[in-house]
Amino acid sequence: MDSMTLIALASIVTAGVTIAIGCIGPALGEGRAVALALSSLAQQPDSSVTITRTLFVGLAMIESLALYCFVVSMVLIFANPFYNHLLAQAGGK
Amino acid sequence: MNLSSDQQILWQHGLVNLNGTVITTWVLMIAMSLGAKLITRGLTTGGSMSRWQAILEIVVISLQKEIKEVGLKQAREYLPFLGTIFLFLSIANLLTVIPGYKPPTGSLSTTAALALCVFIAVPIFGIREQGLWGYLKTYTTPTLLMLPFNIISEFSRTLALAVRLFGNMMSGVMIIGILLTVTPFVFPIIMTALGLLTGMVQAYIFTILAAVYIAAATRIPSPSGEKALLHG
Repeated sequence: MDSMTLIALASIVTAGVTIAIGCIGPALGEGRAVALALSSLAQQPDSSVTITRTLFVGLAMIESLALYCFVVSMVLIFANPFYNHLLAQAGGK
Repeated sequence: MNLSSDQQILWQHGLVNLNGTVITTWVLMIAMSLGAKLITRGLTTGGSMSRWQAILEIVVISLQKEIKEVGLKQAREYLPFLGTIFLFLSIANLLTVIPGYKPPTGSLSTTAALALCVFIAVPIFGIREQGLWGYLKTYTTPTLLMLPFNIISEFSRTLALAVRLFGNMMSGVMIIGILLTVTPFVFPIIMTALGLLTGMVQAYIFTILAAVYIAAATRIPSPSGEKALLHG
C-alpha cells in the first residue's frame, strides 16, 4: 500500500469510529435529560414553559458535542488536509 | 460533494469572488429589509390593521417576552440585536422548503460571523450596563481562581455557537443529498420536514443563548440561577 491508500483508509475508518463513539455519550445524556424533563413536566405542569425552554437549550448544548464529532468526521472524509496535500503533490509531479 | 454553498462561485473578478453564500445572504437581507419597510409603511393603532402588521406584532411581542423571561428586564434595548439574529436565522433556515435553495447558515463563514457578533456584543452591552470595571469584575466571580476558565469559556462558547448552527444545518443538507441518491422519492421530503424543525429550533437556541450570555454580562451574577447554562 502506498501512503495515499493508507491515508484514505485511516481517514475513512477514523471517521466512522469518531461518529460512532462520539454519538454514544450525547445519546445517553439526551435520553437522561428528556426523561428527567418529562417526569418534572408530569409533576409540575404549571412550570412547563420554563422546563421546556431549559430542556431545549440543554439539549442543544449536549447535541453540540455529537456535532463536533460529526464535523470532524465530515472534514476527514470530504476535506481531508493530508489527503489533499498528497493529491496536490501527485498532481504537481 | 459540496459541503456548502461556499464552493459555488457565481461571479469572479481578480481576487474578489462572490460565492453562493454571500449572494443568498444579500438576497435575504434585501428581501427582509424591503419587506419590513413595506409592512411598516402603513402602521395603524386602530382596529383595522393589515394582516402583515398583525404578524409582525406577534413576532416582536413574543420575542420581547422570551427575552424578558431569560432575565433581561429592559427587553426593548436588546430586541434590535437579538431579534435581527432570530429573524435572519429563522428565515434563512425555513426557506429550505424551496428546492435548490442552500441555506447560508450551512456555511461555517456565516455562522462564525454571527457568533463573532455575539462575542463582540456581550462586552459592549456589559460595559454599557455595569461600567468597564464592573464588567471586568464578572470575570473573577466566584473567585479570582476562575479567571482563566471564564476567559476560556468566553472563546469556547463562541466556537460552540458557530459550530452548533453550522453542524446542524450542514448535516441536514448533507442527509438530504445522500438520501436523494439512495431513495429519491419519499424520504427526502420527510427529512426536509425534519430539517425545518431543526432549523427553527436552532434559530431559537442561538437567540436564547445569545440572550443568556448578554444577561450574564449585564447583571451582578447571583450564586444560583442560569450559571449552568453558560459553559457550552
